[in-house]
Amino acid sequence: MRTTHNTTSTSYALWLGFAIVLVLAPWVFTSNLSLTMLSQMGIAIIACLSYNLLLGQGGMLSFGHAVYTGLGSYLTIHALNAVGKGELPIPVVLLPLVGGVAGLAFAVLLGFVTTRKSGTAFSMITLGLAELVFAMSLMFSEFFGGEAGVSGNRVVGQGLWGITFGPQRQVYYLIAVYTFVSVGLLYAFTQTPLGRILNAVRDNPERVEFIGYNTQQVRYRAFIIAGFFAGIAGGLGALNFEIVTAEVVGTGRSGAYLLFTFLGGATFFFGPILGGILMVLAFVLLSEITKAWLLYLGLVFLFMVIYAPGGLAGLIMANVRVAKAGALRQLLPIYAGMALTCLLMLAGAGALVEMIYHQQLNSSIGAQLPFAGMVLDTQDSATWFVCLAMAALGFVGFEWLRQRFVPLWAQVQTDISHQLQRDAS
Amino acid sequence: MEFFLISMLNGLSYGLLLFMLSSGLTLIFSMMGVLNFAHASFYMLGAYVAYTLAGVIGFWPALILAPILTGAAGALFESQVLRKVHKHGHVSELLVTFGLSYIVLELVQLLWGRVAVEFNPPAVLQGPVFTLINHAEQGLYLVSGAGGTVCSAIDSAVRVICTPFPATRAFIMATALAMVISLWWVLTRTRAGLVIQAALTHPETVETLGHNVPRIFMLVFAMGTGLAALAGVIGGFTFITEPAMAATVGSVVFVVVVVGGMGSLSGAFLASLLIGIIQTFAVAIDYSFLQLLEDAGLASTVYMQNNSFAKLTVSQVAPILPYLFLVLILIFRPRGLLGKRET
Repeated sequence: MRTTHNTTSTSYALWLGFAIVLVLAPWVFTSNLSLTMLSQMGIAIIACLSYNLLLGQGGMLSFGHAVYTGLGSYLTIHALNAVGKGELPIPVVLLPLVGGVAGLAFAVLLGFVTTRKSGTAFSMITLGLAELVFAMSLMFSEFFGGEAGVSGNRVVGQGLWGITFGPQRQVYYLIAVYTFVSVGLLYAFTQTPLGRILNAVRDNPERVEFIGYNTQQVRYRAFIIAGFFAGIAGGLGALNFEIVTAEVVGTGRSGAYLLFTFLGGATFFFGPILGGILMVLAFVLLSEITKAWLLYLGLVFLFMVIYAPGGLAGLIMANVRVAKAGALRQLLPIYAGMALTCLLMLAGAGALVEMIYHQQLNSSIGAQLPFAGMVLDTQDSATWFVCLAMAALGFVGFEWLRQRFVPLWAQVQTDISHQLQRDAS
Repeated sequence: MEFFLISMLNGLSYGLLLFMLSSGLTLIFSMMGVLNFAHASFYMLGAYVAYTLAGVIGFWPALILAPILTGAAGALFESQVLRKVHKHGHVSELLVTFGLSYIVLELVQLLWGRVAVEFNPPAVLQGPVFTLINHAEQGLYLVSGAGGTVCSAIDSAVRVICTPFPATRAFIMATALAMVISLWWVLTRTRAGLVIQAALTHPETVETLGHNVPRIFMLVFAMGTGLAALAGVIGGFTFITEPAMAATVGSVVFVVVVVGGMGSLSGAFLASLLIGIIQTFAVAIDYSFLQLLEDAGLASTVYMQNNSFAKLTVSQVAPILPYLFLVLILIFRPRGLLGKRET
């Protein structure tokens, strides 16, 4: 009894903390850039969580989630323009719901074909449908706006209590409210019978069929719910940017949802929240710093899939478990060593990649390349040698430490499970 | 008539190129249950490697060496990466190849730049291999080479239509046919092929008989990616060698695999040809729904004339045809054209 009481109060505290963070964030990060980034993070969090309903909870690897966010965006911007012309009596506050309903409707329509299959075939069909919708977006310029896209103006009608959604901060709070409610609802969904049976369908569809459920129906319903929340994210995106272009339904966007949901951690509910935050950081900041950011992203993703399939959330929770058992201290020195060698390797390899890119793209400007506060001379072979040596040294050191870390980690894990068994008995 | 013949040949050559890609994908899928998302990336890699090699050792050695090198890269990926995530299940395997497709794309842009490179076929393959001549007096006939004086002569009295068929297209067909026949021969007539076939269905039994199944998997992966690279070399100089070439062909190849029936080689062959021919014909037809109505003698309203849907020509719809085909197949025949199992 005591433990249940504890977990409920912890979870209340967590939700309260989440709300406080959402409210206070724009007062801590006050610049214009951080305000737009915070708005985008809210949107990305909803999109990644709705994606994880498929990937993490349903075991459905979709390559076409941007279809639902994107079509939600389009319908919302058209609705916004209709409101502006006085044809549609919907307050701006409720417009993201238009996107949600659009996402839901398209999920009902397309999901019927998609969810007939599971596993690899499901993935291929989502990819095919994503290509279909993207190709159509170039065909029907009335709806999709062609190259220029569709733009709108979110300041329409009289604002209630002076809220016109002109300033970015007001839009942020609208997004924050939607984010909080959506996260809450999506979490609540995981506790419903449908949410539970969805996990069962992911783990063992055959058994689920045997106890009398139609797995296809379960997948279909989950797909529709995911489509609804994806549409809400898309609708908020349309209000935030006031312009929607064809790339919102593109396969690149779908790939990004997949990548960052996985990086955040598909096996924990809060993983995609981290993923959404990472997504905006990468798209806004990392892409400014380096042209090779997709290469780094791909490599990080590859290593995550191989070594940490639980994503960032998985890594955090594994270490929280270790810390609770009081065993984190014996891992700390090896963590520090791994971080150092990893940094050395990254610095060397990163410098190499940047120098190659520099030679490829703008060698005409000069041989000098600013990198991490230094200036590298791409003409000097010594620079290349030093970078190569750093990368190699870092790699060897990291590998040496990793080989010592693996048995130690396994040892700690067995210790913890023994301890748990002792406590239970 | 000459339009039909040439379009048919173009469609067949494109379909055969698709089959070179989808055969490797199908082999890998039916063996390991892994749909290699990065398959088209190996196609692109083959083109770029051959482009660089051709400048050093000449075109023909590059045509042989580039697929071998790319196949070796595929083998390395299989043994070092793919095998490690095998225990996490198919989703992880798909994810790993998805990540690889990002990395290969970025590496290609890093090493060869973001714009298309100039990868030209050798002199033998430039120009047409034969020309169809529709002569108003002599009828339809065929000459090898570029048609000669008949086509270049400007004689307004006699109507002459010359339709050349490019040598590169013929080369695609020859290579692909040679590949299909040798693949069929290897799989059904050699000892190694029989072991591969057995490992497809009964890996445990084959392992018990003393064969190294992981090594067979690696070889099949290398073979599949090597075939993709060979297609890439040929596709690279026939069409264009650019960083977007993987994305252009990639999703169509997945459509082919699903439409043909996952894991069915003959299904992939049929679907490749079908999609190749449908798309080639569609691109060439400039006919819209509106025109159809008008030709049928139905009066079109002003509303119809301004409707962008009715105004769409078949050639504009061409890019979405493979995907529409996919959706239709899934609704009416979920296991694919020649697929044996429901997945």
